[in-house]
Amino acid sequence: MNNTKNSRNVCVSQLDSVTVRFAGDSGDGIQLVGSQFANATAIAGNELSTLPDYPAEIRAPAGSLAGVSGFQISFGDESVLTPGNKPDVLMAMNPAALAVNLKNMDKGSVIITNSDAFTPVGLEKAGYKSNPLEDNSLANYRVIGVPVNTLAAGVLKDSTLTPAQVLKCKNFYLLGILYWMYGLPLETTKTWIKTKFGKKSPELAAANAKVLEAGFDYAETTEIFDARFQLKKSPVTKGKYRNLTGNEAAAYALITAAKLLKKKLFYGSYPITPATEILQTLSKHRANDVVVFQAEDEIAAICSSIGAAFAGELAATGTSGPGLSLKSEALGLAVIAELPLVVVNVQRGGPSTGLPTKTEQSDLLQAVYGRHGESPLVVLAATSPADCFHTTLEAARIAVKYMTPVVVLTNAYLSNGSEPFRIPKLSELPKFQTSPLPKPEDYKCFMRDPETLARPWTYPGLAGYEYRAGGLEKQNVEGNISYDAANHEVMTNLRADKIARVVKEIPPTKINGPEEGELLVAGWGSTYGAITTAITEARKTGLKVSSVHIKHIFPMPADLGTIMRRFRKVLVPEENSGQFRMLLRSAYMLEPLGLNKVQGQPLNSDEVLCKIQEILRGN
Amino acid sequence: MEKTMEKKLTAKDFSSGLPVKWCPGCGDFAILSMLQKTMANMGLPLEQYAVISGIGCSSRFPYYVSTYGFHSIHGRALAVASGVKLSKPELAVWVITGDGDGMSIGGNHLIHTIRRNIGLKVVLFNNRIYGLTKGQASPTTLQGSKTKTTPLGAIDYPFDPTRFAVGLDCTFVARGLDNDIAGTSAIFERAARHTGTAFVEVLQKCVPFTDKEFDSLKDPATKEDQLLRVEHGKPLVFGKERNKGIAFRNFRAEIVEFKAGSVPAEVAVYDETNADMAYLVSGLTHPEFPTPIGVLKAIRKPALEELYYDQVKAIGDTKTQELEALLAGPDAWEMK
Repeated sequence: MNNTKNSRNVCVSQLDSVTVRFAGDSGDGIQLVGSQFANATAIAGNELSTLPDYPAEIRAPAGSLAGVSGFQISFGDESVLTPGNKPDVLMAMNPAALAVNLKNMDKGSVIITNSDAFTPVGLEKAGYKSNPLEDNSLANYRVIGVPVNTLAAGVLKDSTLTPAQVLKCKNFYLLGILYWMYGLPLETTKTWIKTKFGKKSPELAAANAKVLEAGFDYAETTEIFDARFQLKKSPVTKGKYRNLTGNEAAAYALITAAKLLKKKLFYGSYPITPATEILQTLSKHRANDVVVFQAEDEIAAICSSIGAAFAGELAATGTSGPGLSLKSEALGLAVIAELPLVVVNVQRGGPSTGLPTKTEQSDLLQAVYGRHGESPLVVLAATSPADCFHTTLEAARIAVKYMTPVVVLTNAYLSNGSEPFRIPKLSELPKFQTSPLPKPEDYKCFMRDPETLARPWTYPGLAGYEYRAGGLEKQNVEGNISYDAANHEVMTNLRADKIARVVKEIPPTKINGPEEGELLVAGWGSTYGAITTAITEARKTGLKVSSVHIKHIFPMPADLGTIMRRFRKVLVPEENSGQFRMLLRSAYMLEPLGLNKVQGQPLNSDEVLCKIQEILRGN
Repeated sequence: MEKTMEKKLTAKDFSSGLPVKWCPGCGDFAILSMLQKTMANMGLPLEQYAVISGIGCSSRFPYYVSTYGFHSIHGRALAVASGVKLSKPELAVWVITGDGDGMSIGGNHLIHTIRRNIGLKVVLFNNRIYGLTKGQASPTTLQGSKTKTTPLGAIDYPFDPTRFAVGLDCTFVARGLDNDIAGTSAIFERAARHTGTAFVEVLQKCVPFTDKEFDSLKDPATKEDQLLRVEHGKPLVFGKERNKGIAFRNFRAEIVEFKAGSVPAEVAVYDETNADMAYLVSGLTHPEFPTPIGVLKAIRKPALEELYYDQVKAIGDTKTQELEALLAGPDAWEMK
């Protein structure tokens, strides 16, 4: 590989981790370049975590502040659990990208820009009165301006591509520079370019590859790049890996669950940001007993899935906040009909249309309580993009074992973010279990498994088990319609007891740090990376703090109350105004402290660390 | 309960034995017994049927049939049934709905069910009133009708479910009467054998609230002058004396009278495969014209489930993967 050559005497420094942010117009291919970079770091053996951050508009006006799309990646050793807080390196494709991101850059950090984009028009769109590359306003940063348009055009001067096509290759030039800086291999991206463009336009493929190499060589030969970095690798478990976003991971978990059950997967869904990729990913796998139904609305999406569950297949639906609201009546039906169903809710900023492309944790109470009547169901929350696989698989396992709907809470941060996912071997996957079927003559449709209280899952096609059920209250065991007052209470209690028994599925809560002490940070779902990073940092400075991270939201782990009581204070950081804190308070009569962020942006480890310091030093 | 198909099932085998709780005299009883007979005649075992409903008087139907049944939520029967049919296309899936459930709260699902031509047999009981909630105007309530929510007379323009379905290019559309056992049973038999969405509107009165609603279509003295029994390949003739027919001049319907037995050439010969003719005939409205009943539309077009599984079959051999290969995808890497 040519990136091992080091003709100039460039100093190579070792780093634990680094955070790079790509930013440019939403039509600039920022997400594409970012994910290529992510794949290269993964293959180089780094741990990584990514966060795409894009505007709701598909193509906001070019060069405008509103149209800036970002992709942040943190990579390095095993300490990398989040996409990082502030970028160490900003790759800004235009003045607007610089203007939007500069406020989040520490002094001394590196800015690499396409200086050709700093034209009077570009500067004006970004609100600059003068060119920041020339007016000394960036004196506290390490700024590297590269005339990318000119250089890319020069590389392709003999090509027959149109000037517009040539310009489109420019991202790969900057990517090549970054590959040089971090000693990353060009091969994965070259292979990708070949697969992507090779068939349609060999010329375009060749041009992109040429520009990528030219960027690499430019950094190698130009003296303005005076430092290279080598990232520590992560001591990973052996095995096969691939980079997955949270949405892809959830989709693959559903296919896996159906295969383990030897059933079809039925996924009824309606497009909604940021959950649509689940529907799209599953649509590619129809040959694997995946039935995908793009419904006419959110209600039809869940109702068709309930129909498929009634028909005996593994049924799931996916949505985001507003869609979960529309599905809530039908969730009540799944609860009373006691049918298994997985609902993946990818939370975004709300209420209403809110911040549709941004992240939040604000559907927690809706998931736990947001239904009419007494309507308990299981709620789980995923902690990282790859964990969306494990949590969704667990949701399906619980759904069929207990004959209940299960809501999986992810969010835009997890669903769009990616990290390496170790592909499990079949033997490592959990066992799926359904209630045994009695003989037809002993069968009653609402008889229950004494251990789980689940009713038998019978379905059309099974002779001798024909039954009628639905949304009306039923007679205990028999299942016929019943308006009997006492029976309704019995059934209400049975449904609640059944969900309460799911607590047996929850492993003992892991405490990160000492088992008792001054402060426990109790997080849930997507804040896992930020909290864990903050705890590690806090301990380095001698602070005594522990953390637990909750994936089983309803029911909650049996040991959680005892654990929390062993600490003088409990801090609950979350991306809402205190919903999990409210659940803890009502379940355990505790008064936890809150760290709440409702900005459409994930909590970062610095914010959690500051709060820990404030609490412990304020003692 | 063990059923084998060696013994032919009868309508009685399709009764769940539960007490039927509709009002005495309700048309639902007749529809129930007609559909039980139709199901028995199809030769399928009980477990191959799924009867799905929404909410309303008609939607209690599944409880009275001994097959698999699901009484879902208001307006959503078609969405639930679509999930049943698409995941298990071998099942015979019947949907029971009403004018409120199907045309109002569930209207969106009806539009899209018809658009997809998914293989559901949809029976819409039209009594032009919300019966279960005790007498409010429905989307098929005629203008001027006094109900609890329209004490001065309804002003909303009503839907005509049959015309609605024809207008949406549904592949099978029929209208029957609850008391016309021969005619409506024949419709159900054809609907049961149809591939794709079969939509059947059944006109029926609601004893407590719309008791007189279809009297003129049922009164032996008047009904043959008020009903147009549509039959494929037969001229559009009606009347007690069979001496009247429908002719179209410049796409407008006219009633022509003639001497019984000598039908003039201008009387249209019905063609159920002609969507435009079905639309014109479905527009014949009471009292100016006789009300058309029978099969108005029947064409063969691939159903959603056929298209879906054909597509899967076409790619199946090349794309089916073992789980580990599927999870690895094309871009996995090995860490040693």
